[in-house]
Amino acid sequence: MLNVSIYRYNPEVDAEPYMQDYQVDTQGKDVMVLDVLEKLKTEDPSLSFRRSCREGVCGSDGLNISGKNGLACITPLSSAVKGNKLVIRPLPGLPVIRDLVIDMSQFYAQYEKIQPYMINNSPAPAIERLQSPEERAKLDGLYECILCACCSTACPSFWWNPDKFIGPSGLLQAYRFLADSRDTATEERLANLDDPFSVFRCHGIMNCVQVCPKGLNPTKAIGHIRSMLIRSAT
Amino acid sequence: MANMRTMSFDAVIVGGGGSGMRAALQLSQSGYKTAVITKVFPTRSHTVSAQGGITCAIASDDPNDQWQWHMYDTIKGSDYIGDQEAIEYMCQTGPEAIFELEHMGLPFSRTEEGRIYQRPFGGQSKDFGNGGQAARTCAAADRTGHALLHTLYQGNLKSETTFLNEWYAVDIVKNEDNAVVGVVAIDIETGETVYVKSKATVFATGGAGRIYASTTNAHICTGDGVGMALRAGFPVQDIEMWQFHPTGIHGAGTLVTEGCRGEGGYLINKDGERFMERYAPNVKDLAGRDVVARSMVLEILEGRGCGPDGDHVYLKLDHLGEETLNAKLPGILELSRTFAHADPVVEPIPVVPTCHYMMGGIPTNVDGQALTIDKEGNDQVIEGFYACGEAACVSVHGANRLGGNSLLDLVVFGRASGIFIEKQLREGINLKEAREADIELAMTGLNRINNSADGEQASVLRAELQTIMQNYFGVFRRGDFMQQGIEKLNALRPRIENVALDDKSNAFNTARIEALELQNLFATAEATAIAAEGRTESRGAHAREDFQERDDENWLCHSVYFPDSKTIGKRGVNFNLKTREAFEPKIRTY
Repeated sequence: MLNVSIYRYNPEVDAEPYMQDYQVDTQGKDVMVLDVLEKLKTEDPSLSFRRSCREGVCGSDGLNISGKNGLACITPLSSAVKGNKLVIRPLPGLPVIRDLVIDMSQFYAQYEKIQPYMINNSPAPAIERLQSPEERAKLDGLYECILCACCSTACPSFWWNPDKFIGPSGLLQAYRFLADSRDTATEERLANLDDPFSVFRCHGIMNCVQVCPKGLNPTKAIGHIRSMLIRSAT
Repeated sequence: MANMRTMSFDAVIVGGGGSGMRAALQLSQSGYKTAVITKVFPTRSHTVSAQGGITCAIASDDPNDQWQWHMYDTIKGSDYIGDQEAIEYMCQTGPEAIFELEHMGLPFSRTEEGRIYQRPFGGQSKDFGNGGQAARTCAAADRTGHALLHTLYQGNLKSETTFLNEWYAVDIVKNEDNAVVGVVAIDIETGETVYVKSKATVFATGGAGRIYASTTNAHICTGDGVGMALRAGFPVQDIEMWQFHPTGIHGAGTLVTEGCRGEGGYLINKDGERFMERYAPNVKDLAGRDVVARSMVLEILEGRGCGPDGDHVYLKLDHLGEETLNAKLPGILELSRTFAHADPVVEPIPVVPTCHYMMGGIPTNVDGQALTIDKEGNDQVIEGFYACGEAACVSVHGANRLGGNSLLDLVVFGRASGIFIEKQLREGINLKEAREADIELAMTGLNRINNSADGEQASVLRAELQTIMQNYFGVFRRGDFMQQGIEKLNALRPRIENVALDDKSNAFNTARIEALELQNLFATAEATAIAAEGRTESRGAHAREDFQERDDENWLCHSVYFPDSKTIGKRGVNFNLKTREAFEPKIRTY
């Protein structure tokens, strides 16, 4: 039997959060953490968490699993269980709505701040805008972000300033548009980021890189943005 | 419910996936007050899981490609019960819709010329089946759905659509004229119930693959739109037509794109034989999905399956080389390593046909207007009610959808619905206000669940439902089995209606949502079962052992399931092409 300890909090019932212990029979199989949560929910339907695709592409089930942020649906027990114990908490740093469900408004607000859409005011051609495979390759490692918030909620700079520091996820997306040969708003985008907090609160701690379930590298993207900001200032 | 809050919009779209967000984009760009009700944050919708691409004759891979060839393939693929007018519209309008997405920033893969990369998919041909395999599926690596969904969300942020994220639509509100005037919805975070009033209500609620035990579909694909439409007394069409995707990962159910076979991968049995050469000598592994799925099941049934239980086959990719796999199918490498513990660079992926797509749904016309059928058998528009995407049956997929056509369907018809509603709003929509009693009626199901005193757990009942559907209404079907399945569903119905909700709290109560979703799963499953038993022929994805032939004399038509009588009617297929003569039904071989 696997010992599982889960963060519980229902604002209508509980004065404060607590850890609830469960025992789960995994029949020795190396299932995913989400499978364990689903099994527990059949026994205790009051346990709340988000989930959707169960294959690591929708970004719903970002959780703090035995101390590390990751997606429950693609984290096998073998990489999360320590001493026959699995500890599941909500992603840190954002308000908890209930149990493992956090309020992500601040995270989404930072995403919206970077104008996460193509800006190109030249008249569109009758077909697609052309882009070479080399230009397109610059978007690899950027566009794949699933907005799960594992990175931003692992970032101490985001914990301190979630309202002012864009955070690794938002900055990765900022660079996704800066790097796109079809986007023409580079100056405007850089101007919007050019303050002491939006980008420069990143201290290169690289927790974001360590936890990204898609293997992306926000620190590198932030480095590129820094260089662009410094270049545009000189 | 005198104290229930009302919110009012020009248009309300239920569902924040591809079709819903494309419709919303159209309307909010025109300045109409538009809201999207979505039970998950929009980029978590199931469109995100689409991998291989979006099929469309943009003439990139082949400068001489023609949308008419795509139209021919789609009609043939549908086994001739796709509506030809709708297919013509989709294939002809498609390129414009794709270029719009590209202009919005969708990061398509590229050719050396800088154009959008296209790959071959099943059922694609040049020159009306006479010119060999076409490569017509536009791709962003193997993450096309993700790229498309995020691009549409971004577009909607730009055009300032109102998002009611993590809201769950419970039921349709109809006025005294039987017109749709909005929905009752729950704000999941607070538990508040709100009447969301609208001049136009668009259902873009996606599919219901979770009626089966083994599915590629996300947990959220619970047929909410179909369930709500049926409870409102509206019919659904061709709901017996479920696509089983040939390559779901054995055990996990997760999808492995048809693009793998498009890029040169192929299926093998336990003897290492490329068995599709026997079933589809011309196009082999790129035959229609229904054909490939049935061939795989036959291999397994005849003892040539792989693994200790001989219950799956293998998809071989290693001969393509690591470089190609990394460039073209990076997501598949990830999924296979995670869920099959197999590295496709050196070993094959264990795969099995897995429930994937609902071809049927709410019948609509090309403008997205939902239809019902009157006593004389004529189509009647349901005022105020629209549907698009997988929830709708317009019908471009007929009895079998071609790979890459679902993304095109949702973009083209999400857009078309938006354009049409825009026009109607401009001209003025005047529907009678809902009365107190009308709103109260839409609360019936929710009230019952909120007042549940005993009953069984949703998860237990859901598992039973999924097992029944898997066992009695799968890839191969037989009348007497299906009748047994229907009896089992009848026995399950009262238990599901009486589902337990022990936890009545309000804040993010996912147990309440799952209890409501279960009602929609059951409604969709029951309609599927009755329609499947009723269609006494084999066509497309509907393969019957007791009626093995296609029967054009009796069944070259849509089935229409009426929820009040739980009976099946027939509706004619549209053969009215605007640009040429109709394609007459032919024997379908690959």
